[in-house]
Amino acid sequence: MSATVSERRIAVAAHRKNSLHRQRQWALYGSYAALAVFVFMFLVPPFYTLMTSLKSSAEISAQTGSPWLVKHPTLENFWYLITYPNFQRYYMNSVIVTILTVSVSMVISVLAAFSLSRMGFWGSQLLSTGVFLTYLVPPSLLFIPLFQIIGSLGLINNFWCLVLLYPTLAVPFCTWIMIGYFSSIPKELDEAALIDGAGYLQMLWKIFIPVAMPGIIAATIFAFTVSWGAFLYPLAYLYTSNQMVLTVGIISDLIRGDVFQWGKIMAACLLASLPPIVIYAFLMDYYVAGLTAGATKG
Amino acid sequence: MAEVSVRKVVKEYDGGVQAVKGIDLDIADHEFVVLVGPSGCGKSTTLRMIAGLEEITSGEIWIDGDVVNDVPPRDRDIAMVFQNYALYPHMSVFDNMAFGLKLRKFPKDEIKRRVDEAARILDIVPLLDRKPRALSGGQRQRVAMGRAIVRNPKVFLFDEPLSNLDAKLRVQMRTEIKKVHQTVRTTTVYVTHDQIEAMTLADRVVVMNHGVIEQVGTPNDLYHHPATRFVAGFIGSPAMNFMPCRVQDGANGGLDVRVSDSIIVPIPPARVDRYGKFKGKNMVLGLRPEHLFEYHEQGKPGWSRVEMLVDVVEPMGMETMVHYFVDGAPICARVDPATHAAPGEMMPLTADLNQMHLMEPDTGKVV
Repeated sequence: MSATVSERRIAVAAHRKNSLHRQRQWALYGSYAALAVFVFMFLVPPFYTLMTSLKSSAEISAQTGSPWLVKHPTLENFWYLITYPNFQRYYMNSVIVTILTVSVSMVISVLAAFSLSRMGFWGSQLLSTGVFLTYLVPPSLLFIPLFQIIGSLGLINNFWCLVLLYPTLAVPFCTWIMIGYFSSIPKELDEAALIDGAGYLQMLWKIFIPVAMPGIIAATIFAFTVSWGAFLYPLAYLYTSNQMVLTVGIISDLIRGDVFQWGKIMAACLLASLPPIVIYAFLMDYYVAGLTAGATKG
Repeated sequence: MAEVSVRKVVKEYDGGVQAVKGIDLDIADHEFVVLVGPSGCGKSTTLRMIAGLEEITSGEIWIDGDVVNDVPPRDRDIAMVFQNYALYPHMSVFDNMAFGLKLRKFPKDEIKRRVDEAARILDIVPLLDRKPRALSGGQRQRVAMGRAIVRNPKVFLFDEPLSNLDAKLRVQMRTEIKKVHQTVRTTTVYVTHDQIEAMTLADRVVVMNHGVIEQVGTPNDLYHHPATRFVAGFIGSPAMNFMPCRVQDGANGGLDVRVSDSIIVPIPPARVDRYGKFKGKNMVLGLRPEHLFEYHEQGKPGWSRVEMLVDVVEPMGMETMVHYFVDGAPICARVDPATHAAPGEMMPLTADLNQMHLMEPDTGKVV
């Protein structure tokens, strides 16, 4: 009798185990299928860009064979761009604007986030919310009033205006990330530093910045992405090629009237994508850790 | 090393909540004082006010003869050990310990000498190159203490430093802290909610409740001569038993204490004068579990015998806790482990009433 009962129990347990195993398997298949769709969607455009950039203008316009494959691969588009002075100028302008934007944004964000999250002055909560709300204002609403300001500063058609403008996009979100990150650092750490003899700036420099490095890297990547990829402001405020940055330089220089130099445009896009790819590849782990660390205190 | 004085200190938060209600406390040079009390009693706030991490609403704090109310923490020459260690996670153990000295621009040789010395005292020399994440809880706490020791401050402040450790390590670290104090003799203020920690470590214990000091005294003082019902109940584990009672006339001109219809026991002659004025009044009788005995064990001539119904028996190895109820009040006796007490059975008990405490029910004052 007891043998029968125990056999039945084993059978029930085995059935449960099997059904759990099957459920897990289906969940796994589902995940892979969804991931495959995403990977396909996100990799097809760069693949097409790469294929087109390796084609000569003749092959692109021939319209024979599959557009997804290259019959006679060539690097002539890349070589043209690398040796093209305007493209070099766009690249250099983008690099200068981005380095300065990231530096300015990070200095402001780190200082703002530290004071808002740690110094607990009157109105700091309200100010934190206010900082985030400014991020919600779309740039398209701002570029006409900003045109007035930039104009009054005499910076229209001068890429330095971007160093002033981009931080307005980057600082609120970077500050928000940093507030989250700084808030996750135990309060006792600053108290220990205060007792050890540190002032607020020493505490920030020697304790908070090293401890919050993943958050700082995440915010830096965000500021970099904003600055490197921004299109609207340079389109609105820059109109000569010696002042342009990559995003507007590529389309204004490589699209002449109704002639699209597709091979060169695609090659330029790939060359312009190189810095973000390199930065993301090296810092992705920090980026994810930095974005999620502030979410939960622990 | 220094004296610390807290004079009429009040801490009031926004909204009028008073965490500390005008306390006075004088701590002598080299003394180890423990602030103990339940959560929210104001002990940590008091410590943080001494540290300068919390502003004082009114009153004065003196360290080494100077009022430090407006002196920032870094200039008070104090060192603090926190509950969660508060080690700088990106620095090695050496750098953690040296941080305060580096900020104060000590010469490198001196920093190394002091860190090595503290590491030797705390037995953490092999850990100096490690990062805090590679240390166990006990090792981290040692490093936190090392960080305090190297500064050679006037006062050590400990804010529940052992609360994050497991029971075994806590006992071990308790001994370490005591040893360190015996070695460096720095004036120490230590906050804990654990009365055993307070009793074992302190030269003097300060029992706090609801923002006021209930009693200050040596551990023995507090244990044997509590001033209030709160102190009597807080100090000692298991806690003192409290039974509502009435003082009434006894035999031969003596006094009896009547706990219930079946429990009427004579007050020892030596205390008759003391308790005489409370004759006819409702009081609270306090008796520690170790002053209740199984009748045959310790019964002495004149000690009354009462029968009580056993509720729960807890054998602990070296002793056994037996729990009863007297008119709804829980009572615990610490008896010989050889007891035959069993739940649901009657057990003969006696008590050493020379150790009794009598309290006023409304004020809680021990009379």
